[in-house]
Amino acid sequence: MGFVEGRFGRNILITSVDAAVNWSRASSLWPMTFGIACCAIEMMAAGASRYDWDRFGMIPRATPRQSDLMIVAGTVNARLALVIRRLYEQMAEPRYVIAMGSCVLGGGPYYKWGYNVVKGVDKVIPVDVYVPGCPPRPEALLDGILKLQQKIRKQTLARDEGTGRDALQVLPPAPGRPGEGR
Amino acid sequence: MTPKTIETQEMLLNMGPQHPSTHGVLRLVVRTDGELVTEVTPVIGYLHRCAEKIGENVRYEQYIPYTDRLDYLASMGDNLAYCLAVERLLGLEVPPRAQYLRVIMAELNRIASHLLALGAYGLDLGAFTPFLYAFREREMILDMFEHVSGARLTYNYVKVGGVRRDVDAKFAEMLYRFLNLFDARVKDYNDLFSYNQIFIDRTKGLGIIPAEKAVEYGMTGPNLRASGVDYDVRHAAPYSSYDQFNFKSVLGRDGTGVLGDCWNRYFVRIEEMVESCGIVRQAMGGLPEGKISEDLKRIRPPAGEAYASVENPRGELGFYVISDGSDTPLRVKIRAPSFSNLSILPELGKGVLLADLVSILGSIDIVLGEIDR
Repeated sequence: MGFVEGRFGRNILITSVDAAVNWSRASSLWPMTFGIACCAIEMMAAGASRYDWDRFGMIPRATPRQSDLMIVAGTVNARLALVIRRLYEQMAEPRYVIAMGSCVLGGGPYYKWGYNVVKGVDKVIPVDVYVPGCPPRPEALLDGILKLQQKIRKQTLARDEGTGRDALQVLPPAPGRPGEGR
Repeated sequence: MTPKTIETQEMLLNMGPQHPSTHGVLRLVVRTDGELVTEVTPVIGYLHRCAEKIGENVRYEQYIPYTDRLDYLASMGDNLAYCLAVERLLGLEVPPRAQYLRVIMAELNRIASHLLALGAYGLDLGAFTPFLYAFREREMILDMFEHVSGARLTYNYVKVGGVRRDVDAKFAEMLYRFLNLFDARVKDYNDLFSYNQIFIDRTKGLGIIPAEKAVEYGMTGPNLRASGVDYDVRHAAPYSSYDQFNFKSVLGRDGTGVLGDCWNRYFVRIEEMVESCGIVRQAMGGLPEGKISEDLKRIRPPAGEAYASVENPRGELGFYVISDGSDTPLRVKIRAPSFSNLSILPELGKGVLLADLVSILGSIDIVLGEIDR
């Protein structure tokens, strides 16, 4: 998208392109298979028979270079944080991160005594959606994925017009339209 | 060109921590010569969560949720091992109904854990369908656990002195529905996967662990029994009234596989699930009446030390707890079965193909949560 991105203002053409691009991005989120701890089991459950995230266009990929989405599922400690940072940088843009579970959100049960645990993965990489729980149920993860899809649908390729935001960042919801921007 | 003139170069490969077949965040440094592996070095520590240190800081009953997160595929067994150790410190006798409930939950959790091992092993070898089959049945067990404890994965169900909640008629109904269905499902797994010729070709005769080697490395659980050594904590040192149930140790044998190879390590788990179903049936049938827990106002064991071990799905899980007479333990040491089991990998990994290394690692069935602790 390099040749359109950030070159035009918000006109009718660019918003039509936006709709098409965002639709395709939101409906084929390929997550990276990167389970860390307990939450990874619930992530597997979300991908297995009963919860079946294939319905949302989620196809697990084994390498960061083919994935759009990193689900950080499990405790991140000081040693793993470097790996996570590197994996995030290996992913091609646009890339998204779901932080799954209390440990990833802010240390969780290891907040007080876990001398080695990073208190929140957002200290290392930017996070789009936070899914709390220890571990979160698969339904909670699916809800987080739907939230991420909502977020992607609000992205625009238009030029930054003094809003102080990157072109790829989410725009604030339009005022006076109920049901959006939850 | 004669073979002498071909020059090959060694390559150092880094497998993991992000790798779909390392079952978590294990990192393997692999020295390869073409497709052949000449040296494997496991590097651990990517999931170190200070579990033993936390044990020294929190009160006895507060530590139980942390044991859930050690071997997160068999949380009931982890709870049980820790509570047994604390009860041994206290010199406490648990009511019979609680003992039976503990057995039921531990065995159900064994089935759930082995099902995941089966599914994940299929994934490692490139078969996706067994994963979906295994999770279908696993969800039924998780439903039962959710009904009785409120959680799907980290239960915090066993407590010092008993269990937290009693089972009801709905639990019994779910349990028997599962048990009646499961034998047929095991046949499905065998038809689909265990006796599948492609699967046998990938696992037969691979990664053979001789019995004396397995003992030397301190392996326990299905991995040891697949090598033909009859050691099961449930038989050797019965806890929680396991001596009242009739079940046999499943041993590996020559036949479809070779004694101590990957296929046997896999198949011992399948047969153990059937045995576990038998134990659950016996325990549920003879469930004694009575209270489910001793009333404990405050857990403050006298100074001393205690070790208790249980047969977890991955082997002998032990907790060694030292008390100084206060509210918190002085020291908690965990004997994690996966740690000992993994230690044989550098020996098994010599001279195998790179793809077979994944097969060997999958058959050992490790959980990084208890290796790194």
